[in-house]
Amino acid sequence: MTLDIAIRHRFADLKLEVAFTAANGVTALFGPSGAGKTTIANAVAGLLRPDAGRVAINGRILCGAGVWVPPHRRRLAYVFQEARLFPHLSVRANLLYGAKGAAALPHISDLLGIAHLLDRRPARLSGGERQRVALGRALLSKPELLIMDEPLAALDGPRKAEILPYLERLAAEAALPILYVSHSVAEVVRLADRVALITEGKLAGFGPPAELFASPELAQALGPRISGAVLEGRLAAHDPDGLARIETPAGQLFLPVDGAVGSSLRIRIMAEDVLLSRTVPQHLSALNILPARVLGMSGGGPMVSVRLSLQDGSLLLARITARSVSTLGLKAGTEVQAVIKSAALLDHS
Amino acid sequence: MSWLSPQEWQAVELSLRVAAVATACSLPFGIVTAFILARYRFPGRELLNGLVHLPLILPPVVTGYLLLLAFGRRGVFGEPLGKVGIVFAFNWTGAALAAGIMAFPLMVRAIRLSIEAVDPKLEAAAATLGASPLRVFVTITLPLALPGILAGAVLAFAKAMGEFGATITFVSNIPGQTQTLPSAIYALLQVPGAEPQAMRLIVISIIVAMGALILSEMLARRLQRRISA
Repeated sequence: MTLDIAIRHRFADLKLEVAFTAANGVTALFGPSGAGKTTIANAVAGLLRPDAGRVAINGRILCGAGVWVPPHRRRLAYVFQEARLFPHLSVRANLLYGAKGAAALPHISDLLGIAHLLDRRPARLSGGERQRVALGRALLSKPELLIMDEPLAALDGPRKAEILPYLERLAAEAALPILYVSHSVAEVVRLADRVALITEGKLAGFGPPAELFASPELAQALGPRISGAVLEGRLAAHDPDGLARIETPAGQLFLPVDGAVGSSLRIRIMAEDVLLSRTVPQHLSALNILPARVLGMSGGGPMVSVRLSLQDGSLLLARITARSVSTLGLKAGTEVQAVIKSAALLDHS
Repeated sequence: MSWLSPQEWQAVELSLRVAAVATACSLPFGIVTAFILARYRFPGRELLNGLVHLPLILPPVVTGYLLLLAFGRRGVFGEPLGKVGIVFAFNWTGAALAAGIMAFPLMVRAIRLSIEAVDPKLEAAAATLGASPLRVFVTITLPLALPGILAGAVLAFAKAMGEFGATITFVSNIPGQTQTLPSAIYALLQVPGAEPQAMRLIVISIIVAMGALILSEMLARRLQRRISA
């Protein structure tokens, strides 16, 4: 199934104009607050009527060309930032509100770990439980498209960690397009198959997260704090000193992570956490050093984003000073050693 | 109740019937009007709002006279309605009509406030789950606004019990026919030495009004608990 979006809409101080196609799997609408992400989601859901444009699922036009399908006939489901559970209904009645029957209820409530909450009222649920019920309610309505607008934003760290595994399983299993609105890189990298980068109402980039976040052209738009690279690897062994050895196609990494030997991992390396050296550095506290080749540089001023290609061709981004670039004589093709100061583990599976 | 004369008892019974019928019949209109005023913006909205509030700001005697013109035996609506057997003039149904219209603004105000307090985000969520606007209204808006609807109904009932000016103008003060509690009290106060009898009806008025209020508070609290706990 595919979702085609091409909309134009004018807000008070925002001119929204985006067009892209989302296939099955998770398409993240990513960008800073106020960029128009939720507006796009609402236009797709029919909660907002765009000034012009077209939204279609599998060629079925939802809006545009003189057609306007009201939200309740769009066969989609929407998980909002606040769970929006109906306070006067039990968890069970909430879950079944959009469902055709109760047949799928046991499966979904087991999947989301909410089977023991069915007879409660929403007011007696924790934030994480509420959001899981909201997710279950959306899934039980058997949508052709699932929209999630910052479903984790209202939750604290532990509650986020409680829900993310469910979202991951959903993203992996669901055979439908999922629009996932977020401004969190960690969530997007963990969940998304594709990222639509939205800045100031425009589509600033579209592609797989690993490519998009390592793209130097987007480093500017993303800001140096969130640009970086994503490496996929496998947990090979736990060393006696507590470090885990992780094998990636680009080389070995040692990180203090838990997890079963053999599990696959995604690791995010921020551009700010990468140092460059012309030689293999000796007597250095950093353990993780990967050979790389400079692909190119971008950015003016004292700080420069250096795009690197690792052994396997995957991308790494380093943010260093322009002075270091000239001292080291870096240019496209230079062989370097990338010293990774720290890396964040994104997910296990 | 031996301490009430049959005529007094008739007035009490008639008042309860008039107020109950007035409240029950105007409630659906009140809910729909309140919903329209709370949720829609359209040309003529202010006019509708003004029309609804008219009985609140007009002298009751004017409202009663306008009702007489419209629903009297030769009235614009009264004459055709009379032909199909619905007679308001000098009938208890007319007292109910007058009471209903006088209580309508209070009812609509209370219900409108409670509908406005229902989060439109919940209604939007219901719509994305496939619920038609009617289903959203019946399953989400209405239950969540129920405490306010109840308050509006009780307020309207109390107002209808006490309605005097429009009622006496429209349907007069016929014992057993149109003589409600306030009309009966008024009539008794015109008779020298009947003050003790009037006092008994006044006490009954107070008891009924207070009882309705307390009952509605209790019910509203219970409904609120059901929603938020």
